Amino acid sequence: MATAVLSDHELALKSVRLRKQTLEAIYGAGAGHTGGGLSCLDILNVLYNRILNIAPETFGNANRDRYVQSKGHSVEALYAVLADRGFFPEADLKTICHYQSHYVGHPTRHIPGIEMNTGALGHGLPICIGMALAAKIDSAPYRVFTLLGDGELAEGSNWEAAMAAGHYDLDNLTAIIDHNTLQISGRTRDVCSNEPLDEKWRAFGWAVKIVNGHDFAELTDALSKPAEAGKPTCVIANTVKGKGVSFMEDVAKWHHGVPSEAELKQALAELDAAEAKLKEAK
Amino acid sequence: MSAPAPSMFTPAAKAMTEKLGLKMGRANLDEFAATLMELAKANPNIIAVTSDSRGSGKLGPFGQTFPKQLVEVGIAEQNLVGITAGLAACGKKSFGVSPSCFLTARSLEQIKNDICYSDVPATLIGISSGVSYGALGTTHHSLHDLAVLRAINNLTIIVPADNFESREAIRFAAHATKPVFIRFGKAAMFNLHKPDTTFEAGKAITLREGNDVAFIATGETVVHALLAAGKLAEQGLNCRVISMHSIKPLDVEIILKAGRECRAVVTVEEHMVHGGLGEACAATLLQAGVFKPFRIVGIPDEETVPGAQADIFRHYGISMEGLSEAALKLLK
Repeated sequence: MATAVLSDHELALKSVRLRKQTLEAIYGAGAGHTGGGLSCLDILNVLYNRILNIAPETFGNANRDRYVQSKGHSVEALYAVLADRGFFPEADLKTICHYQSHYVGHPTRHIPGIEMNTGALGHGLPICIGMALAAKIDSAPYRVFTLLGDGELAEGSNWEAAMAAGHYDLDNLTAIIDHNTLQISGRTRDVCSNEPLDEKWRAFGWAVKIVNGHDFAELTDALSKPAEAGKPTCVIANTVKGKGVSFMEDVAKWHHGVPSEAELKQALAELDAAEAKLKEAK
Repeated sequence: MSAPAPSMFTPAAKAMTEKLGLKMGRANLDEFAATLMELAKANPNIIAVTSDSRGSGKLGPFGQTFPKQLVEVGIAEQNLVGITAGLAACGKKSFGVSPSCFLTARSLEQIKNDICYSDVPATLIGISSGVSYGALGTTHHSLHDLAVLRAINNLTIIVPADNFESREAIRFAAHATKPVFIRFGKAAMFNLHKPDTTFEAGKAITLREGNDVAFIATGETVVHALLAAGKLAEQGLNCRVISMHSIKPLDVEIILKAGRECRAVVTVEEHMVHGGLGEACAATLLQAGVFKPFRIVGIPDEETVPGAQADIFRHYGISMEGLSEAALKLLK
């Protein structure tokens, strides 16, 4: 667990700040995946501040929880969260996608806190099966988490892995689906429908929880422990692509849209206002 | 009674094996399974991962002896490689074992990203490689694997020629801290090495000295090069035979030395002539300014002739007769 237990209110404030950093990082890089970063940010915030027993100083610990971000393209949000947790200086976020910077546009193990290099879709879950099996073989206490995009589920390798996780009763494994219902070409249900998701995962032997992916309490509840002994857990987190910025929310073009200077300014203003409102609410 | 399998050796080639004192060993795959078993006994972190391939990988006894050290994933090669990577990332010495034709095509992206790019100490074992599955046809051949794997950074590629090289390659892999790919066939192999031979990944082994023609061969073709050298000796030609067990890193020094000292170079591989050992040697020689008559013997860029491995080898000149003829042509 993280060193200090943060309240929902503190997490909400942190999320606003991390959203701003994510947008600034994408703007600075001149490239990135805006919509999906903002949709999964609250999930990452909960994972790294409430769930994972991961800290920079103990990252080499064999019994640390493992997190592999299968939707590697949401890397700016992940980097922002890792910087916030002290894995590297926040100033490093300014080097994303720059010449000779290790902060390339998808996660790599050159970056402190990253377990595996991802970016091609459909890779995280099979890797996590291997990690969860290793934990079972060693009777080790750590848990294994991956974050998948809903559009990513069209990759067949996910279903090979889903079948194996059910077969091996991997209750130390949790797959979170960032269910924002949009992918690069439009609505996932129009591109190639994968609904109903919950029934599919249950049919593969998983325990399924459906939560609001922007609700800290619901996320915390679903991620704190395996849903059912002897079964891997699938958390379908219903999210909004581009969450937190009015003109980006639920708009497919922001999948990898990079804000202009004016758009960044407007987005930051909205997030500043949200932050002020949150502070008032306290 | 089933029909007898076609022989890999003509009566003359068989006679040459006797003349050279070669003794028949077992299939390299059997040697792999036995070696892994021996290593797994001492190291419980060794895990074999199979894709319904424990039988073809000769790992039946391994699974029975060490049930907790074998992970079966079913016919799902992408998952096999991902799982092999995940196990390695969490401290296991994982061996992903699957037919090379599927392993290095269907799950190429997992090899590239999950194993090589993520730099985990996993080993992939390509079984029944090349045209080992012969008559099963092109779906089951891996004549592309060396080409595609050579083009991926951070992978040691080993193609053992006999039981000794197989055993040593597995021992090397079991202690490697980096990704390794090893390619095995399924036919019984002649033992080619003297008892005091040492094995080092990236360092080829010279089986026979000579300065007329250098045969640089790899895997199950090496024995044919050795027989060809024996045949050419009867005609007064002294030929060098190099077992290039490591395709990557390539033993550049030994290739350049052969190119400089010999009158011609013939490379031999159970692989398409594109992108494999031959082109690697050609690039090495050309870029060093060593220009000698040169020939790549392998499977040409055509729909592979139907037949067993022995038929295919004979058809494309991977035989004592074919290779000695190829060498003589270069000397003309």
